[in-house]
Amino acid sequence: MSTLTATAKLNAAAKTRKGRLILGTLGAATAVAAWFLISRESDNPYFPSLEVILERAWEYWTTPEGVNNILASLRTLSGGLFLAIILGVVIGLIIGQLAIVEQAVSPTLEFARAIPATALIPFALMLFGVSDQMKIFLIALGCIWPILLSTADGARGIDKTLSASARAFQITGWKFQTYVMLPAVLPRILVGIRIAIPLSLILMVTSEMVGVQQGLGFVITQAQATFQILTMWSGILILGVLGFLLTFIYSLIERRLLRWADPRRDRE
Amino acid sequence: MTAVVAPTAPKRRHGAAATVGRRFILPAAFIVFLIGLQELLTRTDVLPSNYFPPASKIFMAFIDEFSSPALPDALFGTLTTWIQALVISVVLGTAVGILLGLIVPLEAFLRPTIEFLRPVPSVALIPLVVLTIGTGSDSALFLAVFAAFWQVLIPAIIGVRSAHPVALETARSYNFTLWQRIRYIQLPSMMPYLVTSIRLATSTTLILIVTAEIIIQMPGLGYEITMSRSAGNPARMYAYIALSGIAGIVLNGLVRQVEARVASIHGSGGK
Repeated sequence: MSTLTATAKLNAAAKTRKGRLILGTLGAATAVAAWFLISRESDNPYFPSLEVILERAWEYWTTPEGVNNILASLRTLSGGLFLAIILGVVIGLIIGQLAIVEQAVSPTLEFARAIPATALIPFALMLFGVSDQMKIFLIALGCIWPILLSTADGARGIDKTLSASARAFQITGWKFQTYVMLPAVLPRILVGIRIAIPLSLILMVTSEMVGVQQGLGFVITQAQATFQILTMWSGILILGVLGFLLTFIYSLIERRLLRWADPRRDRE
Repeated sequence: MTAVVAPTAPKRRHGAAATVGRRFILPAAFIVFLIGLQELLTRTDVLPSNYFPPASKIFMAFIDEFSSPALPDALFGTLTTWIQALVISVVLGTAVGILLGLIVPLEAFLRPTIEFLRPVPSVALIPLVVLTIGTGSDSALFLAVFAAFWQVLIPAIIGVRSAHPVALETARSYNFTLWQRIRYIQLPSMMPYLVTSIRLATSTTLILIVTAEIIIQMPGLGYEITMSRSAGNPARMYAYIALSGIAGIVLNGLVRQVEARVASIHGSGGK
């Protein structure tokens, strides 16, 4: 009986905001502690203890070399994502609003999208050689599809009342695009970007693994090749933190922008 | 009455002809235009032909590959790993999703850990995987499952929670066993969420397998692409890139077919 009420209490607690926070913090602490304790006695060279990995991470990634590698990665990542967002939104808006263009290009787009983005690495290498442009090109090429398709879907399905009232007020052309279309499509654009962010990280790391002389991907492959297992692990850790931070910051930006696009959300 | 109907008939036929034209002729014309443009630009050396062989040459290389033993091996290698990765990540993601969806405290407990692991780019694990698992297809399988698992897990949790409260109450009053509840209420309510996540997982697993083939150099489509580039045979490289695109389209189509089949079975069973 007492266990039953305890479970019921726990169930109820897990549904409140505060309860979730406490349970979650507990869970995260347990996970880190488990990793710490299990790996402490580790004599497996491939799985060093967390303590040593953290020491190494602090040592390497705070040196100018380490910081430069992180910055190089971030630069190409933001460059590629920026290009993908601009091009994806513009092309998506065109395709979503002009049925004739959509019908003409959709099989071609369908095909281009189906090509796994990393299969284009050799192609990008051939075009740009080993360079930052190659990485940016690759990230943009891979990330444009979810943004483009989601934007086009949104533009096609725009609320008929909305576009009709805009027309009644003679809001057309650029004004229509920026003040009516863009805010209406924004939620869909944001969904596309949310899908594109993990993809951009994958493409960033992969493109750095194939010969670029800097960046996080380069450091971890280099470390693996020279058996610096600690540096490799610390790089993986940094990439994990980077991925987490990116998605977290993006979710904040997303919420902010959604509120701007549709203030009615606040009332809910 | 007939007078009103009659004039609309030819109009509709005209409309149908126009949509057929639009749906098939327009896109076909666009593709032909692109290929023609590429052929023209490369033949006249506006685009350097040692980087961009003319479309006709790529096509010839594509045809040539069909008689070579490399193609079936590469295709087979990539596709078997892909199917395994998709099945494992979907089954595992759904099972863990049901577990976490039903046991709310456990989900709250693990959530931050999941949220931290989820955005880790799985390619970051390539060096580790090479050292511990090796350079075989198991490595690609692990990477693909690691990436796709989270994509299935999160929608699965939401799907379990989306079950209608009335349905759950009914199940309770009929004394459903846990298995019956999962089979008849939870799984059907998860379906729409699963469909989307399986579609995402299809392309994610393919991307990671091709990436592993390129980076780790294990046999498959990705390996043939890099090999063609380093052997200085761009026509063959483009042929394999095109092939990977075709594989992607076929796989997407296949998954959609299975989805439709499952949905129809579930639909008739539910009624």
